[in-house]
Amino acid sequence: MNRACLAELVGVRKRFGNVVALDGFDLEVREGELLAVLGPNGAGKSTAISLMLGLRQPDAGMARLFGVPPLQVEARQRIGVMMQEVTLASELKVREHVALIASYYPDPLPVEDVLRQTNTVGLADRPYGKLSAGQKRQAQFTLALCGRPSLLFLDEPTVGLDIQARTIMWATLRQLVHDGCAIVLTTHYLEEAESLADRVVVLAKGKTVASGTVSEMRAIVRRKRISCATSLAPNVIAAWPGVQSVNRDRERLEITASDADAVVKRLVTSDCEFSGLEVRSAGLAEAFTELTQEVTA
Amino acid sequence: MSATTLPISNTATASRAMSTARTRNAYITEIKYECLRALRAPAFSIPFLLLPIVLYVLFGVLLAGNMSHGDSTVAKIMFVNWAVFGVMGPGMFGFGIFVANEREQGLLTLKRALPMPKGASLLAKLVMVTLFAAIVMLTLIVAALAMGHPGLSIGQYVGIALLDIAGSLPFGAIGLFIGTRASAKSAPAFANLAYLPFMHLAGLFYPLPKSVQPLEFISPAFYLDKLGLRLVGAPSLDLLAKIQGASNAGGPVLYVSVLALVTLMFTALAIRRLARVG
Repeated sequence: MNRACLAELVGVRKRFGNVVALDGFDLEVREGELLAVLGPNGAGKSTAISLMLGLRQPDAGMARLFGVPPLQVEARQRIGVMMQEVTLASELKVREHVALIASYYPDPLPVEDVLRQTNTVGLADRPYGKLSAGQKRQAQFTLALCGRPSLLFLDEPTVGLDIQARTIMWATLRQLVHDGCAIVLTTHYLEEAESLADRVVVLAKGKTVASGTVSEMRAIVRRKRISCATSLAPNVIAAWPGVQSVNRDRERLEITASDADAVVKRLVTSDCEFSGLEVRSAGLAEAFTELTQEVTA
Repeated sequence: MSATTLPISNTATASRAMSTARTRNAYITEIKYECLRALRAPAFSIPFLLLPIVLYVLFGVLLAGNMSHGDSTVAKIMFVNWAVFGVMGPGMFGFGIFVANEREQGLLTLKRALPMPKGASLLAKLVMVTLFAAIVMLTLIVAALAMGHPGLSIGQYVGIALLDIAGSLPFGAIGLFIGTRASAKSAPAFANLAYLPFMHLAGLFYPLPKSVQPLEFISPAFYLDKLGLRLVGAPSLDLLAKIQGASNAGGPVLYVSVLALVTLMFTALAIRRLARVG
């Protein structure tokens, strides 16, 4: 599907003193997709987002938001932003904060509607300064949505949220994507990216090291995990070809293998007592670790 | 690259441009909530709204009244001086502390990323500072009238009120400059470092000794005070200076020019700094 590009960075370089934050970096965000930008601390994620938002200017290359420089206010009238380290005025109530931010947009959602959409009606009349850390994130998420954005930038949106609030936020994000909103998500919770993202970009040392769907990312890692209860000693299995590591978890063994099929066959022939066999592919977490280890090593 | 760039003009929502009415509404909403948050912040509103009236009544009316034996000139000088004191605080601390906090807490960065209309945040703070200055002036005038103190005409009260409300701007500009340079923790200290010398060097509370008089020129409060004294027809506070002819040069044009220059210079420096660091 040929989706329109809403925001892009083309060959951007950004240096802070001697530190190269981004080095010839390209990124594009397409209409109606949830793009997860992953990377270890200092990889350049925040710099990339700040260039897209026009908060910083690239030393070289180009940033575009809806086809124009991000400094043009017309482009920013179509985005919503949730930043990680922002403290809003503690004296204002959540409802007042929403009304204030909504006033910046040409056609915002009614305040009550957006409060309902993010399940924050109960917080609306409480001063921001009296909210818990998780409630503050929920309030900031509400602010990000109030302008009916076509493109949302969310930086670690679920940090500090309890499970119920996180589930609600995930459901809201899925609904937004379903309704055609594009989302750029940076997160340290890889399960969040795994669960929500259509596409993942992994950054390390200011460069893209991998990009694709979550399945494509997983496929990068050929290792599989085998879990079973067996009478065989871990050191015996560890010596088999294709086995990378063996760990005991109570009565079960967790085996990481590059050739899972061969290991399972040998388990069957070596120990007829073994039971509870589980074989699963590597997750995004394993893919992420492998990808970034190669670059940062 | 399979995707095509989506220019604003080609999008279905391109017609969602801000109308003039909505832009005006954005500025008004920003001003409304800036004033509301300042009024709700007890650490800001209590000292800067209550202190001028309490100190004026205590020292300007009761104490000075007793000491001046009914001399209306002293009463006029007291009113003008305490009015200058009253409008200095909101400007220096309102801008200084709030801007430093917002910078450090990422709020200014968030607003720069969002489509906040140009200059809305600064305009809102400016209006908030002048609102506080107006409340201070109103309470001082009510107190003066209630206590039958300085014997000024309504026109003079209005003139002094307008002068000092406008006179809060240079202090706001200095506060803004401090707010753009200092951390949230150090901003109150830096604001005090300017506020206290400005206040004392202007001779608001006592005539300055001759040795210190040359320093009064560095205080913007000195020029605002001189304008006020002229307006109410009171002799210049720095009587010693007048007698000695050391610091009474110039007139209203000079005073207004100095205050305007201070306002423009510190505002320009602050805006330049904000554009660079957010």
